[in-house]
Amino acid sequence: MNAHAEVATASAVTVRSLRRAYGARVVIEGLDLRIARGEFVALLGQSGCGKTTLLRALAGLDPIEGGDIEVAGRPAVVFQEHRLLPWESLWRNVTLGLDGADARDRAEAALAEVGLGGRLDDWPRNLSGGQAQRVALARALVQEPALLLLDEPFAALDALTRIRMHALVRDLVDRHQPGVLLVTHDVDEAITLADRILVMRDGHIAAEHRSTEKHVTPEFRARLLAELGVSSDRD
Amino acid sequence: MTAIERGGRPHRPVSARQLSARGYLVLSWVVPVLLLAGWEAMARFGFIQPHVLPAPSKVALTAWKLTISGALPGDLGVSLIRAAVGFAIGGGIGFALGILVGFSRMAEAVIDRSVQMVRAIPFLALLPLVIVWFGVGESQKIFLVALGVGFPIYINTVLGIRQVDAKLLELGRVQGLGTRELIRRIILPGAMPSILTGVRFALATAWLALVVAETIGSQSGLGFLAMDAREFLRTDVIVLTILIYAAIGVLADTLARSLEKRLLQWHPNFGSRR
Ligand SMILES: Nc1ncnc2c1ncn2[C@@H]1O[C@H](COP(=O)(O)OP(=O)(O)O)[C@@H](O)[C@H]1O
Ligand SMILES: [Mg+2]
Repeated sequence: MNAHAEVATASAVTVRSLRRAYGARVVIEGLDLRIARGEFVALLGQSGCGKTTLLRALAGLDPIEGGDIEVAGRPAVVFQEHRLLPWESLWRNVTLGLDGADARDRAEAALAEVGLGGRLDDWPRNLSGGQAQRVALARALVQEPALLLLDEPFAALDALTRIRMHALVRDLVDRHQPGVLLVTHDVDEAITLADRILVMRDGHIAAEHRSTEKHVTPEFRARLLAELGVSSDRD
Repeated sequence: MTAIERGGRPHRPVSARQLSARGYLVLSWVVPVLLLAGWEAMARFGFIQPHVLPAPSKVALTAWKLTISGALPGDLGVSLIRAAVGFAIGGGIGFALGILVGFSRMAEAVIDRSVQMVRAIPFLALLPLVIVWFGVGESQKIFLVALGVGFPIYINTVLGIRQVDAKLLELGRVQGLGTRELIRRIILPGAMPSILTGVRFALATAWLALVVAETIGSQSGLGFLAMDAREFLRTDVIVLTILIYAAIGVLADTLARSLEKRLLQWHPNFGSRR
């Protein structure tokens, strides 16, 4: 375990001149990135620009063609789909990959944190989309990862559920203090949640913004949209 | 959470002219019962000769007599043991090969084509050959059953393993599962619906194989009972064995279904909701 003072500055992930390609098609080239523990970073970018490719590389799911990635421990991932095992109860799902005699207790605590405390023995099929995604969050956080990777985890949810999920995620991250990389194509989601916003274009990080309260102005939003290649008056 | 988030199931609209579920159940039994009653009446009044088809009541009486004498339980037991042994051997081999081929492209390259080629033969067509190899003893019957069982189990095991959701496998890797855990918690449960479908098919073919094998040259078993009765034109005994074959087929299917219900509790198509 890290000492408390260390946590604030310790790196959750450091990426240097990453290169990723599918065959001859280069998707990521010369990408640098550092996320500290406890830091919430949102990654914006047009569809198809390589956000998922980057996240998969960070998760160690795909081989990389160049550069290097240093991750503190094993990262946890929440995908766009919940990916719950339909044949296992919620608590077994949450503790997938976790061993130890206290697994059920830890699952109970994790499920309670996402507001599903009483449903340890329920089946995934009895959950709504939002609930299933909350279980996926619990499964990720129960591992106490140093790095949490979120690939558009709210994209499939309805607007109301999404707003509730935003509050929940912010709260959970504040409590567990992992470094977070949230992939999204929703500018407002990025502004609401992140401490720092990155814009990906042409295979690398093309722009970077602090996103503290004072920056969240219509101008800031318009600028982000412009960087994403969307004219600001369209939305 | 909230009621809105849970999402309920819509009720099926019930129109006034539809019967209740119970009504349909009763109706579905009316026709078979009428047929049976008609058969009984026709036999009683001599429209059907006893040596063509005996009355149902005669069959029931015969069943009772053969049970008392011990002939029926004995032969039934012999048949069931043959089916069980054949099923265990054929199912075991089919499952083992299926696992091997499901997991290893190498094993698939070596094994799968040959299995598929042999499978193209209707297994009952092999009967004369099997008799040449084994004679008409126990091994001939068990071999035929095992042959009929092995293929459906093999095919459905391979299919089940191949159809496991790649996204869940990826999740397993993300969660840091080792190979053993990956197999135990993701691959086998994911393949289970298909494997159990294979088991159900296999039970049906096992039974069919046994009927055929026992009809030819048996000294015991249900098939022997029927063939023996044929020599004396005892159609009551023949009809009885046919009915027992049917009953056991239904029983085996029920068994397979309850297995599915138990092992696939999680599955919306099989498990009971809770
Ligand atoms: N498995 C793959 N094989 C080949 N090309 C791929 C594969 N996955 C993604 N790509 C391509 O790489 C590019 C980036 O994809 P992706 O990272 O999924 O984008 P994003 O998540 O930003 O929408 C896209 O042009 C896509 O077509
Ligand atoms: Mg994507």
